[in-house]
Amino acid sequence: MSTLSTTLGRMGGVNLLPFAVAAVAFLLIGAPSSWVTLTVAGLAMGMMLFLMASGLSLVFGLMDVLNFGHSAFVSFGAFISATVLAGLGGWLAADSWVLNSLALAASYLAAICFGLVAGWFFETVIIRPVYRDHLRQILITIGAMIVAEQTILAFWGGTPYSVGRPHFLEGSWIIGDVSIEIYRAFAFALGAAVFVMLYLVLNRTRIGLLIRAGVENREMVEALGFRVDRLFIGVFMLGSALAALGGAMWAGYETLITPALGAELMIVVFIVVIIGGLGSIEGTLLGAILVGLMANYVGFLAPKLALASNMILMVAILLWRPNGLRPAVK
Amino acid sequence: MTTKATTGALAIKGIVALIGALLLFAPFLFQDVRSLEVAARICIFIVLVASFDLLIGYTGIVSFAHTMFFGFGAYGAAILLKQMGPGWTPVILGGLAGVAVSLVFAVAIGLLSLRVKAIFFAMITLAAASVVLVLASQLSQFTGGEDGITYRAPDLFKPATKVLTDADGKVLSLWGVKFNGKLAAYYFVFLSSLVLFLLMLRFVASPLGTVLKAIRENEARAEAIGYRVVAYRTFIFCLSATIASLAGTVYAVWLKYTGPDTALSFAFMIDILLMVVIGGMGTMWGAVIGAVLMVVAQYYLRDLMGVASEAMAGVPLLPELMAPDRWLFWLGLIFILLVYFFPKGIAGTAMEKGART
Repeated sequence: MSTLSTTLGRMGGVNLLPFAVAAVAFLLIGAPSSWVTLTVAGLAMGMMLFLMASGLSLVFGLMDVLNFGHSAFVSFGAFISATVLAGLGGWLAADSWVLNSLALAASYLAAICFGLVAGWFFETVIIRPVYRDHLRQILITIGAMIVAEQTILAFWGGTPYSVGRPHFLEGSWIIGDVSIEIYRAFAFALGAAVFVMLYLVLNRTRIGLLIRAGVENREMVEALGFRVDRLFIGVFMLGSALAALGGAMWAGYETLITPALGAELMIVVFIVVIIGGLGSIEGTLLGAILVGLMANYVGFLAPKLALASNMILMVAILLWRPNGLRPAVK
Repeated sequence: MTTKATTGALAIKGIVALIGALLLFAPFLFQDVRSLEVAARICIFIVLVASFDLLIGYTGIVSFAHTMFFGFGAYGAAILLKQMGPGWTPVILGGLAGVAVSLVFAVAIGLLSLRVKAIFFAMITLAAASVVLVLASQLSQFTGGEDGITYRAPDLFKPATKVLTDADGKVLSLWGVKFNGKLAAYYFVFLSSLVLFLLMLRFVASPLGTVLKAIRENEARAEAIGYRVVAYRTFIFCLSATIASLAGTVYAVWLKYTGPDTALSFAFMIDILLMVVIGGMGTMWGAVIGAVLMVVAQYYLRDLMGVASEAMAGVPLLPELMAPDRWLFWLGLIFILLVYFFPKGIAGTAMEKGART
């Protein structure tokens, strides 16, 4: 038993879980072509969830602040990028992939800029006065979420809003009898690129070192003379921008968005963060991919259980590891 | 800790007594259907908010699963009333079933997650509640899905039932109020709510209530003195779940309809949260005031906002924000300001004023 666990640990420990899930699903599904399609969909969904959840996780790890209003950034990101895309409809419909991707990049940039500004505003106005008071943090951020959701309703109305997709991301690749939607592959690639960048920043730069040290022991870093609160604003802004980007990508994935989007995703994002363990982006990635895969496999095998499956996954993992799979703070 | 008698506290208690009296005579004072609806809703919400306050105000646990328990009670009664037809047996059985399911969930969630940080608990209850909501709308053969269930209440509560008759065999009426089934239904709601509320009032004054306050103030110290924090927290979670579930059953009987929107939705949960915070956490009186203010606002403020919205028809964006459906926007703003400046809410702030020695 102990040799088995050491072998597993050497092979990557909890990082093997997504592979195990994929393998079990392969046996249950039977048809390789649908398995590949589902896996790609799951990975793409996981990557978008990762973008939305990473900020939440880091913010919590660094400053012990839990932002229940985080989903507001996601929905604002989705709606802003959709509006920009609608405004650039001419570019989007053009038959040149340069204009197409320019429109897409503009929409993502708009979402990211909004995320940065809104994150700064949110941090200084809403959260700053209630540091170190969990109950009031939860209440205030819930209030902010209500206001944000209502603002979206006031601006964009309650009817579903359709999102344009650049021409070159439409359709799917067909390899043998496997079909892969291009947008999913694109979402996966973009998410993976962001993860690698985040990973490098956190592990290879001085700022990243400070952030990791702050997560581990904030008082000590402050005692050494660093202004963790300034760092925290930066992390908060970055987290909000990533959430907005995630929302923008999600909007393109869904192609029809409603103001309830944020509230729906929030639950999943929380589950991701809890599963992964608060404070580490590797844990968040792991949680996001697990949730994405589970949601797609279960959605195929037993559609009615799709959302419950995440809940069951969360309960199982919490029973096994009460602090999540890879928490930053032991 | 004995509560000091302040003028503010006396005033708050006076207001609550006044509200109680108004609710007691509501059918006689406000003789239209809508007002009675509002009064019954206020009664139910007072119980629901007070039971939520046991968690958030007295113990410092933030749970988002309170509507889930309310929903269990409501759906328990609704499903059985639909299947077995009107009568008291389905109400009682449904109520008990709701309580049983609530207890199972509360114990499971409590033992699983009350050990960890408060924030984990909030997230886990949120996830659990949302899963139940999705299940309720998907298992449509039991729950009627999104449409919910419509059913008939026990015969006593039918509008045609004559509860008291005069000499001619007609429905007795007093000051224009007919003693029919509707009135009986209202007093059923009122009395059940009153009993549950008084129970909770008694509970928070008991030694057990004091232990809970001790845990809220200083968890480590309470643990060090020898109280098992997890056990107490799980207990209060179960108690508040039971009360919420019973309130759900009563509401289901009154409304004769149960659906995701009236019993389980997240908006409903937000309402409860707003009521507790606006009224004042940690005082049973605050629950009463918060519930009354919010329900009245829900029913009558929207009309007012509709007027305001039309008056501002020329101004950009303002009419959109003043539209009756956007009332939550303003409530959210008020909520944020309240949490900043008056974290104790209306009742808590008022009760500190005018200390008398």
